[in-house]
Amino acid sequence: MPIIASSQAQPEYDVAIVGSGAGGGQMAYTLTLAGLKCVMLEAGRAYDPGTESAMFQRPDQIPLMNAPTPGKPYGFADATIDGGWEVPGEPYTQASTKAEEQFWWWRARMLGGRTNHWGRISLRNGPYDFKPRSRDGLGFDWPITYADVEPYYTKVEMLVGVFGSNEGLENTPDSPPGVLLPPPKGRAAELYAQKHAKKIGMPIISIHRAVLTKLLDADTLPAKLHPGNPRAQKIVADSMRARAACFWATDCHRGCNIRANYQSTTVHLPPALATGNLDIIPNAHAREVTLGKNGKATGVLYIDKTTGREARVKAKAVVLAASSAESVRILLNSKSAPHPQGLANSSGLVGKYITDSVGVSVSGHVPALENLPAHNEDGAGGPHFYAPWWLYTEQHASRLDFARGYHTEFNGSRSMPGGRNPLSDDLGRGAYGTKFKEEARRYYGSFVGYTARGEMVPNEFCFADLDPAVKDKWGIPVLRWHWKWTDQELNLAAHAIKSYTALIEAMGGKVRGTPKSPRDAIAAPGKVIHEVGGALMGADAKKSVCNGWNQTWDVKNLFLCDAAPFASNSDKNPTLTIMALAWRAGDFIVEQARKGNL
Amino acid sequence: MKWFAAAAAASAIPEFTAGTATPNLGAATPPATKGYGTDTNTAGYFKPGDVWPLTLPAAQRKLVTALADVILPADHLGPAASEVHVPEMMDEWISAPYPDQQKDRAKILPGLQWIEDESHKRFQKSFTALTSVQQHAICDDICTRTGVKKEFSKGAEFFGVFRNLAASAYYSTEPGWHALGYVGNVPLTQFDGPPREVLEKLGVTQTVV
Ligand SMILES: Cc1cc2nc3c(=O)[nH]c(=O)nc-3n(C[C@H](O)[C@H](O)[C@H](O)COP(=O)(O)OP(=O)(O)OC[C@H]3O[C@@H](n4cnc5c(N)ncnc54)[C@H](O)[C@@H]3O)c2cc1C
Ligand code: SF4
Repeated sequence: MPIIASSQAQPEYDVAIVGSGAGGGQMAYTLTLAGLKCVMLEAGRAYDPGTESAMFQRPDQIPLMNAPTPGKPYGFADATIDGGWEVPGEPYTQASTKAEEQFWWWRARMLGGRTNHWGRISLRNGPYDFKPRSRDGLGFDWPITYADVEPYYTKVEMLVGVFGSNEGLENTPDSPPGVLLPPPKGRAAELYAQKHAKKIGMPIISIHRAVLTKLLDADTLPAKLHPGNPRAQKIVADSMRARAACFWATDCHRGCNIRANYQSTTVHLPPALATGNLDIIPNAHAREVTLGKNGKATGVLYIDKTTGREARVKAKAVVLAASSAESVRILLNSKSAPHPQGLANSSGLVGKYITDSVGVSVSGHVPALENLPAHNEDGAGGPHFYAPWWLYTEQHASRLDFARGYHTEFNGSRSMPGGRNPLSDDLGRGAYGTKFKEEARRYYGSFVGYTARGEMVPNEFCFADLDPAVKDKWGIPVLRWHWKWTDQELNLAAHAIKSYTALIEAMGGKVRGTPKSPRDAIAAPGKVIHEVGGALMGADAKKSVCNGWNQTWDVKNLFLCDAAPFASNSDKNPTLTIMALAWRAGDFIVEQARKGNL
Repeated sequence: MKWFAAAAAASAIPEFTAGTATPNLGAATPPATKGYGTDTNTAGYFKPGDVWPLTLPAAQRKLVTALADVILPADHLGPAASEVHVPEMMDEWISAPYPDQQKDRAKILPGLQWIEDESHKRFQKSFTALTSVQQHAICDDICTRTGVKKEFSKGAEFFGVFRNLAASAYYSTEPGWHALGYVGNVPLTQFDGPPREVLEKLGVTQTVV
């Protein structure tokens, strides 16, 4: 089975999966390797990173030097096709006219979704992150623990390949020995920050990213991943052998045509397709989950975008993984007489408690990094180091005025120039001619940037509902966003600004630009693109939408396998957890299918 | 169509005013109205003019070339801007249909005329025909953002935008990378991190072994 047109769909499948990103890709992988027949509906077009990734193009070989444009917000060569802050014909609306209360919703519309261009930062949630309310009385606990998810973090890391180190730090889990790939060497600015951050007590360690710093061990891993399933082992081994190791050049956001990093399209979908158990229908925009008389989902009603007409697929179970907010939208639009508020919404909580990460960036100039001898720092196409949250003790003792932590991502240094003036006017002080070129060379590599990814506490003001009037070009009601930061987020932002200022000063540097207030410094809602929640998992059907298996309370054969069920949004980027939970839910679905419970 | 007309108006060169002896540089062709969209040929290799037509007439292209070479000349750090297609990249930029680029166009086109006027006022010649001492005399008055004399403020604003764009283009090229000290974008079999001399200069040791 392959990528097919709507008209070629089978009369019925075991499972219909909506979306092909991290959640949908993992689900298709898990189910098809276990032998279930699946159909995947993907709103965007088919996409092949093997032929479509820009690898060695210099900015002068790319239109507009790869500058952002409305149609390509990360530039012409970026691996996002047809997606971004705006999708033509598919608006979303805002309840408030105030900028700080408006949500920027990044949407992918392509096979593989956002995993084609994401940053590949792959951090595990720690034990505290699943039980935040028990720790500080705020937000919600998950109905599952770290121990429940740990085996799946390990499986995902083994399958996709994640580099990093085990440091034994609080709430920053180690992986079992031998699971992580070797971390790459530190770069000049990263090592310099690491040394000087000790003065302010900030630990800087190897980050975890889904990049193959070494080939995956195709001889031993498949048997660990799929014990007792020789066919799956063979398919996965072949797929692992088709991936090359990173060659230490090019930008991972453009995608990787040697399959050295994780994209759903290079890691999850090829083995799933190789089973023969997966049909993928691209250009298929899911509108509603259809319901049978028995209250169970019967399949999905979608728009075949190639014809503009409605079409249906039938399945014994339905998985929504259209990205958290889009899955919320599908649920709210799945209205019927027994479910006037939308499907799986008897709690009234669909769309509620959406969170994004708190983003704050501070950049600086460090004279010690000026005029370094030229050397190649491309490395693994993204950061090598980061600082995990380190003030758990202080926070737990209520010595900070915000409840949740942040980790720090590094950017800058000697990355590929072009498309931007490397010498800003304040430093150039009027230079032109040879003087300008000399000054640009002197300063190149001496700029550092630190970015916080902080945990927002879920609040009742941050949610999405259906706009009562506006519809997209297919006539489907669109989402309307509501947003408010609270002091939790603003105080966290203030703390991050102070920490980064101290770090830059500890390095003998100076902060660039004028200091901003936390309210101005905090990234606009949605801009971190870590939106999660909207269909929280919980232990009580009245107070949550799903149970601990990503299964909706109301509809037993309906599962939500993107970030919609996240009961909290730890500082750790969400994608590794999306995949771990999707694999876990997939195993549960397989078990239910075997028992005939679907 | 309305949008198109507005964009063309925004980019129009100021009227030739009686009293100055400057020849008007002439109006540039209006920029493209359609961008490259949302589904681009990401893996392609392109050159200016491939995705939309360039719009600078010859006289303005000549002036852009002269000024870009004053800002980024041939020297011990590498070739001049014009040797690495900087003027063409700048032309592509200001010929683009997008708001950011249109903003730059609205500064750059009148700014070119300003430079030409100034050159004629001081030296009765086109900027392109001046000696480098004369070119520098004009540039020195407009090269900073602060402390500029009032009569040069428009020129200074233009110069800042122009330098920004010229440098963005120059450092997008391989010779520009060498001028800066960027030596990446080549596949390697292993990544060793910074060489010893860099570590020593910084007083750090490699912590990832
Ligand atoms: C610039 C950027 C950097 C990022 N960096 C990181 C990072 O370093 N680490 C990290 O953990 N996360 C990162 N993320 C976030 C990460 O990309 C997402 O968490 C992840 O991709 C979510 O997976 P998903 O399956 O839920 O959704 P997606 O990957 O968005 O996939 C959803 C898919 O569903 C399809 N779809 C949507 N609606 C419908 C519909 N109605 N019918 C059918 N199909 C539909 C979409 O076309 C899309 O293909 C980043 C995101 C961006 C944009
Ligand atoms: S840095 Fe490595 S993993 Fe990333 S795109 Fe380049 S080769 Fe692929």
